[in-house]
Amino acid sequence: MNNFFVSNRIQYIAVICSVALLVFIFELTRRKKIREQYSILWLFFSIIFVVLSIWREGLDFFARFLGIDYAPSALFLLLVLAIFLILIQFSVIISKLSEENKKLSQEMGLMKLEMEELKKIRNDQINKKQI
Amino acid sequence: MPSKVLIIIPAYNEAHIIKEVIWDLHSENTNWNLLVVNDGSNDKTKEIAESTGLAKVINLPCQVGIGSCVQTGFKYASKHDFDFAVQFDGDGQHKVYEIEKLLHPLETNEADVVIGSRFCVKNPQYKPSFLRAIGIKVFELVNSILIGQRITDNTSGFRAYNKKTISFLSENYSSDYPEPEAVILLGKNRFKIKEIHTEMDQRSGGKSSIYGIYSGYYMVKVLLSILLTFIRPKIVNSKPT
Repeated sequence: MNNFFVSNRIQYIAVICSVALLVFIFELTRRKKIREQYSILWLFFSIIFVVLSIWREGLDFFARFLGIDYAPSALFLLLVLAIFLILIQFSVIISKLSEENKKLSQEMGLMKLEMEELKKIRNDQINKKQI
Repeated sequence: MPSKVLIIIPAYNEAHIIKEVIWDLHSENTNWNLLVVNDGSNDKTKEIAESTGLAKVINLPCQVGIGSCVQTGFKYASKHDFDFAVQFDGDGQHKVYEIEKLLHPLETNEADVVIGSRFCVKNPQYKPSFLRAIGIKVFELVNSILIGQRITDNTSGFRAYNKKTISFLSENYSSDYPEPEAVILLGKNRFKIKEIHTEMDQRSGGKSSIYGIYSGYYMVKVLLSILLTFIRPKIVNSKPT
């Protein structure tokens, strides 16, 4: 029994870690710390990791399918792929945010000037009435 | 009716010289409307510019980059129906008496955008460093090939635009290092570009925003933007002109 545990130790660690990741992402989304649309990629890949850590033959099958001799390499491949996709998504989001930020700043600058001018006109009118 | 002219002065931390620039412009022609676009300066640019009482001042709440800063000016010009807009840098490098020269081709409808160029004719006053000269030549070559018109000074920020161009650029303008890219953007969208020789001083205040390690980044970023602007489809101006 003890021997069995030792030989499968990495699998247990993998299961625990990937389930923890899934729960963590899920919780963050539930508490609205991550928006649903941005959690989808995270959830998708953590589910894949949970599946592959429980179902070892799956990983072997996947590796053989891609022609990878050493199964854990397939895991790294998946991991890198996941990180890449998520980071690309970040770049897209950041670009969109800075574009929107630019537009907001410009509009706000223009509006502030307009408001100052309106205020001045109003004050002038009030002063005139008082005279 | 005389045409309405807006002078757009982008300013980032130009407190030491902004007053002088505003006064220079005002004494050159009192009919010009002056607009300082303060790009989130953290010095007294805002207060000093406002205290002159001669210029409208737009204060952007955060730093958005020279391109977006100037674009704010285009938006203002578009909104207030100006006929012409001139970009005039707040660092005292450009000469006020050259502005009329820039406006002239717009008034005669000879061009939609006029670029004040340092290199149209041999200019003994302006001597860029070796590396900068190479960069300037690269832009000249690339842009000239891409739009089929020789533009010698692609990085010049001394430009005048007519109403049609203002309206177009208020929707499409790059946020940083916009000048070389704008040449392609305008050329590709069939705006008439004209270059006119203008004198320019070596910078009196402030440092170029492009130096040292940034030069490499600048070249890569701008060349990439130029290439992408070139391969993107033509933009049909949605706004009626």
